[in-house]
Amino acid sequence: MEIMDLNQISPDQVIIWQYGDLMINATLVYTWLVMALLVAGSLLLTRNLVHHGPVSRRQLLLETIAGALRQQVQDLGGAAAVVCLPFVSTLFIFIFTANALALVPGYVPPTASLSTTAALALSVFVAVPLYGIRRHGLWSYLKAYAHPNIFFFPLHLISECARTIALAVRLFGNIMSHEKIIGILLSVVPLFFPAVMQVLGLVIGTIQAYIFAVLATVYIAAALNDAGDESRPDDIQAAPTTPQGG
Amino acid sequence: MDAITVVGIAAMGFAGLTITIGSIAPAIAQGRAIQQALTAMAQQPDVHKPLAQTLFVGLAMLESLAIYCFVIAMILIFANPFWNYVIRTGS
Repeated sequence: MEIMDLNQISPDQVIIWQYGDLMINATLVYTWLVMALLVAGSLLLTRNLVHHGPVSRRQLLLETIAGALRQQVQDLGGAAAVVCLPFVSTLFIFIFTANALALVPGYVPPTASLSTTAALALSVFVAVPLYGIRRHGLWSYLKAYAHPNIFFFPLHLISECARTIALAVRLFGNIMSHEKIIGILLSVVPLFFPAVMQVLGLVIGTIQAYIFAVLATVYIAAALNDAGDESRPDDIQAAPTTPQGG
Repeated sequence: MDAITVVGIAAMGFAGLTITIGSIAPAIAQGRAIQQALTAMAQQPDVHKPLAQTLFVGLAMLESLAIYCFVIAMILIFANPFWNYVIRTGS
């Protein structure tokens, strides 16, 4: 069932199909699988939504999910942060689905590859200034980078890059480490115990999806609320040593 | 000792050291965080929901420090850039 060797730390290294220089690895295949699942699910679930009258169970489910996500974003970032709801919810639902499918045998979460998580973190990296500029204009958004004085400009830049790297490595490390632990346990105690770890993995996957969405919301809300006037409540985290390999 | 032995010992030894030292500090930090959060929750049960939420986010942040060390340890063992070099040069 396992398509990955124990000594392959990323599904990028599993080549499924190759034609000359063009190759399709497991990360791509499973990302497409998750995308297809989500798109098909959305198409099926959002048919025949009604404004009035009796609400179907399908619509009730969607409204519960959307309402809960909206409430979370509002609690974290204030009313202004609701503009980033579609972006953040998409991130959350994609990561959650990608992680939760790990229960299916033979599936490797695409989030166990640094390429996927780096792409997700980069989209947050781009989205933060976009939302900030759209709300405050270019000049007053840039002024927030020189907040106490102009000498803090490089520090703000470093903090922006460091938190992007941290976002990517956190998700990748958690999911990859869980995959490895399952692999090692399967070779040591093949019966029963890996199943318990799978449950733990489901918890880890959900929490990591939540953390990723929460941090994206906090970053975007900081750009939305505090540009120009206050200090930016940044993620106070030391810049990690970035592993480039894998 | 030839080069393969040196690289092997260094990689394995430092992978072990990395994960050992790298999990001690987050463990202490997480313990402290949980302790403080539990105290706060016991004193003010009304605000236990936002406290738990912040605690989860904070714990995941601390957890990721240990995960960074784990990633480095995995790279040292499984994706060590020096292995290929040493093997190619025939020790």
